[in-house]
Amino acid sequence: MIPQLIEWLTDPAHWRGPDGIPKRLLEHLYYCLVAAGFATLVALPVGLFIGHTGRGGTLLVGAGNALRALPTLGLVTFLYLVVGGTQTATLIGLVVLAVPPILAGAYSGVQQVDRRVVDAAVGVGMTRWQRLWQVEVPNAMPLILGGIRNAVLQVVATAAVAAYVGLGGLGRYVLDGIRAVDYPKVLAGALLVALLAILLDVVLSGVQWLVVPAGLRTAGVGDVGRRRPRRPARREVRGETTDTGGGRVDGGAGHGLRKR
Amino acid sequence: MTLDELGRYLGSPSNREQLAEQFGQHVYLSLVPLLLGLLVAVPLGWGAQRLPSVRAVVFGGASVLYTVPSLALFVVIPGIIGTRTLDSINVVVALTLYTAALLVRSVVGALDAVPGPVTAAATAMGYRPLRRFLTVELPLAVPVLTAGVRVASVSNISLVSVGALIGTGGLGVLFTEGFRTRYLAPILVGIVLTLLLALVVDRALVLARNRLTPWTRSTPGGAR
Amino acid sequence: MVAVSTAALATACGSGDPLSEDTGPGNDGGGSTTITVGSADFAENQILMEIYAEVLRGTGAEVNTEPGVGSREFLVGGLEDGSLTVVPEYTGNLLYYVDTDAGETTPDDVYGALAERLPEGLAVLDQAEAQNSDVLTVTEGTAGRYGLETLDDLGEVCGELVLGAAGEWRDRWASRIQELYGCEFAEIRTTDAGGPITIDNLDDGTVDVANLFTTMPAIQEHGFVELEDTRQMYPAQNVVPLVRDGDLSAEQRDALNEVSARISTDDLTELARRVEVDRENYVDVARDFVERVLG
Repeated sequence: MIPQLIEWLTDPAHWRGPDGIPKRLLEHLYYCLVAAGFATLVALPVGLFIGHTGRGGTLLVGAGNALRALPTLGLVTFLYLVVGGTQTATLIGLVVLAVPPILAGAYSGVQQVDRRVVDAAVGVGMTRWQRLWQVEVPNAMPLILGGIRNAVLQVVATAAVAAYVGLGGLGRYVLDGIRAVDYPKVLAGALLVALLAILLDVVLSGVQWLVVPAGLRTAGVGDVGRRRPRRPARREVRGETTDTGGGRVDGGAGHGLRKR
Repeated sequence: MTLDELGRYLGSPSNREQLAEQFGQHVYLSLVPLLLGLLVAVPLGWGAQRLPSVRAVVFGGASVLYTVPSLALFVVIPGIIGTRTLDSINVVVALTLYTAALLVRSVVGALDAVPGPVTAAATAMGYRPLRRFLTVELPLAVPVLTAGVRVASVSNISLVSVGALIGTGGLGVLFTEGFRTRYLAPILVGIVLTLLLALVVDRALVLARNRLTPWTRSTPGGAR
Repeated sequence: MVAVSTAALATACGSGDPLSEDTGPGNDGGGSTTITVGSADFAENQILMEIYAEVLRGTGAEVNTEPGVGSREFLVGGLEDGSLTVVPEYTGNLLYYVDTDAGETTPDDVYGALAERLPEGLAVLDQAEAQNSDVLTVTEGTAGRYGLETLDDLGEVCGELVLGAAGEWRDRWASRIQELYGCEFAEIRTTDAGGPITIDNLDDGTVDVANLFTTMPAIQEHGFVELEDTRQMYPAQNVVPLVRDGDLSAEQRDALNEVSARISTDDLTELARRVEVDRENYVDVARDFVERVLG
């Protein structure tokens, strides 16, 4: 199996044309980045706002949980038939799936900033705006970026499934390969999707490392620092974890809550 | 899409019969891996919590595994374990892996959270490690563990539908069939049933947790 | 394992017949007490599956169905390992599956080649006159603009046109259509196998030519023009029961052959229309057909 896979991957014919690896890879990347970008634009401000004001948190938790259970294939087929057109339908679908993790990351990130830190900010006379940007957002950064990482992983995986409603990208190899009983092709597609997911995750974890304030990286403020090292993509929100008797789910448990 | 159409779809006895069967498959394909994943994760987490080297390997493996998209894993599994390519067993194995990868962190986190004095007391009372683990640490870990299991169950239930792309049955078939004939009714029914199943299982897990952890019941604002 | 399942098929082709002697573990169908009929995952095939199941029940057999098993590889695998007893197949595609170099195109040639080249342990019963074959179609507008009636006509303008077809089309037909009709499309886009995407893309002009299937109700509904395959590029695709050799009694085989003798291409189109357009359940449609036509 491995030899055939290598043979498929190294066949020059598979690196050319509209069904070639570079084209499919770029398509996949393009859909993912556009969807994740849109989702961030929508979800980040909302998440920060809810986290900052504390209003609407319960609603958010409920909506997030429901969205998590939403089956991707059902969503994209439904959208294709209702909205029409592969691109619009799948982009909406990908955005819908990317929003909850980003929202949850931003919300719980801000929400879980040590109250003493926020109080101190109030004490030194910071305005709400200053508090949000200079205290809460930097402190929430690990969770915010964790949410984005999570969303990107999800979108990469979902875009593969969306090949079913005609989307290009790497999912084509998997689905077309299954139809044509061409297993090297199926495996090559699967491998490429997984590699892309891992690559993007690594890139984003690099970004995370660069963006997260140095103070949070080493010393740790409150428990934020403890959470950061391995998997900051914690999506559990307050109500969910407080009832665990003070014990917290390690961030990792929340990572990739919704696999696609 | 009218309610009429939905009514007509659900009005057909043949449709209902097939729905029941697909629902049954869906329950099987999502919950069996949940149980198996839990069975794998507990001993693995136990080891990882005690030995830092095991922890590094297990957590590293779990992170990588979690990056692999489901559709990819469904089709790669047969190559690894030698099952038939389009067998539903592949879905069971893949979801078991995801579940285990997710829960092993919960297990470690849960065990980490057991207060030191409690385990020390148990040890002092003469509990051997295995008995201490099963009768003291594991029960105390239930709340945190349940949080992980709830996440895994929702994730599994929504993931099983992807299996329809490789012909494994379950509610995902409603999506592919509905799509091919441009029929929204089965797609909607499939989505609603998936959400309902997720909700019911989630409630059941909360109930189970509350029964298993009577000491948390008096905690104000505790059980949700 | 991927390599293994293909290899298993190859071994089954070449070796003796472990299959026909072995009733298959976990399958009580060996002695024909329970028959399992499988199908691929599209409406017409599911209807045929249910028709087969219904007439087999008529012989007193206990019959299960496995709708939507998926690809041919899995259907054939199911027959080989005994989890399936019968599946409705199409001669041309089945022949291509067992022999990718097969050049036969007429119904009788294809059927004859199949009977010869099927792996040990599998057999085809009588083929029906009913066919569901590949066909290249264009919209009325395109047909008018370029004066297209046959694939010969298409060959002259292929270079300006985009084809939409399932992923496997390119590998199987791209060089063949060039050979026979001198046709090299400007682009071949992967859509789906005669599903909504192909149809929508043909409708909205994303593709100019689409590979559809002759019994699809959508061809009439959308007024697509079928281009005649004058040089027989596409092989015949007669409906045929593919069975586990020796698992069915003579009476049961006769019942399936009776279906083949009675069912026409028009029937296929009509049955598919009832499921895909009128949205009846395929089981009801199949039973109704058995009652009306075979009862």
